[in-house]
Amino acid sequence: MTDGQAETSTAPTVEIRNLHKRFGAHEVLRGIDFHVNDREVVVVIGPSGSGKSTLLRCVNLLETPDQGQVMIDGTDICQADTDVNEVRRKIGMVFQQFNLFAHLTAVDNVTIGPRKVLKCSKIEAEQTAQALLDRVGLAEHANKFPAQLSGGQQQRVAIARALAMNPEIMLFDEATSALDPELVGEVLGVMRSLADEGMTMMVVTHEMSFARNVADRVVFMADGVVVEEGTPEMVLENPQHARTQQFLQQVGDR
Amino acid sequence: MTRNQRSTLTQWGVFALGLVILGVTLALTVRWGALADRFFKWDDFSGQFPQIIFEAARNTLIYTVIGFSGGLIFGLVAALMRQSSVPPARILATLYIEIFRALPALLTILIVGFGIPIAFGAENLPSFFRSLYGAGGFALALVSGAYLAETIRAGVEAVPRGQVEAARSLGMTTTQTTRSIVLPQAFRVILPPLTNELVLLLKDTSLLAVLGVAIGERELTTWGRTFSNSIGNYTPLTAAAVCYLAITVPLSQLVKYVEKRTKAGQR
Repeated sequence: MTDGQAETSTAPTVEIRNLHKRFGAHEVLRGIDFHVNDREVVVVIGPSGSGKSTLLRCVNLLETPDQGQVMIDGTDICQADTDVNEVRRKIGMVFQQFNLFAHLTAVDNVTIGPRKVLKCSKIEAEQTAQALLDRVGLAEHANKFPAQLSGGQQQRVAIARALAMNPEIMLFDEATSALDPELVGEVLGVMRSLADEGMTMMVVTHEMSFARNVADRVVFMADGVVVEEGTPEMVLENPQHARTQQFLQQVGDR
Repeated sequence: MTRNQRSTLTQWGVFALGLVILGVTLALTVRWGALADRFFKWDDFSGQFPQIIFEAARNTLIYTVIGFSGGLIFGLVAALMRQSSVPPARILATLYIEIFRALPALLTILIVGFGIPIAFGAENLPSFFRSLYGAGGFALALVSGAYLAETIRAGVEAVPRGQVEAARSLGMTTTQTTRSIVLPQAFRVILPPLTNELVLLLKDTSLLAVLGVAIGERELTTWGRTFSNSIGNYTPLTAAAVCYLAITVPLSQLVKYVEKRTKAGQR
């Protein structure tokens, strides 16, 4: 990319070319081409074991690709001279198991990134954290430890923690899969409001209603390749491939 | 009476009967008078105080603190080196741990205590290392560090992988992640075994006597032996035992309390 600001750039925020990844003898990703444009919400669906989580984890290098390119704002982050930590601070990540820091309160979970990585002052970081916890509806739980919060509350703190770094893109790795059914809604609500505010998002999920209502584009993966992609209407209502049709039938189009 | 109550009653009955048999046997065989005379003479006991506290208990604590702080540093460095991705670091740490866990603490103290002045020349050593505090404390730190390394490693491995991934995905470096996320949680897990190591080390300070103890450097066991010899009565040993108990029992209670408090909030 040239000297232009990210805002005016036409290059996708995330662009993945011919990505391969194997664990032992099993090739999980077999040549993926994928992109997320600025302010776009891309939902990745597919059966378990299809490689969707691995693809997502390659975007912030929690997994190291074996072959191919992962471009963030036009820079290939797989190059040896890339500062991985510099790349990661621009990419927010939300995990299936929340992964809140168990020894820190909710507010400390949110402030630790800005304080350690961005070197913000304690006061500044705490003001931001309070605002973010308020935004996810947890202002009054700021001083509780993760174990004192429900799964849905923990996941919302985790979203606030990722937002505290002021990321350019947010990655959601099956963010609602570990939640009790009655707690899914509160987390999806926060994700939806983020999407409405124009956050660039890559979402791996089994929530078909979220894909249908929030996604700008739906990508269906199976056996380590992208089978089909397009608008939610195209992929979910009128799938072209047999594999997609079979999957949608199996999940009962929830 | 229910079946449960009856079986509880039987258990207590057997226990009480055993206690009575033991008591009668001891009462008939032990020469209580001689024992009280040699080990529990009140004047000799109270005569140890307060000097035994100001010199011997104080020194025991100083050796323990030096040995344990040094041991924590050695142990932490060895534990982290053992998990390093650099092979020489792993090999070095493994060597250290295996060697010092394999040797008796007494032998390590003798070799380190006599070996270092010969190796470097006593006159070249800083004065701290010429005293028992430095030489003995260093030897104890080497011994306890080897054990602590394994304890700390177990604690680090008990921290879920997701904690590290979450920290790294915020952009934190490996060092920041280890210091702010992994170690605080690891130390919470290993608090009980850590106390155990501390108490073991406290008792091992008695081994330092083999290096030769100057007046003023005596710890509790040495104090007890010295004064038993000089007054021809074993009561100073009893006084030393009381002092050890007065240190270790409140210590383990304190740790229990801290453990309970940290658990209240988390997990």
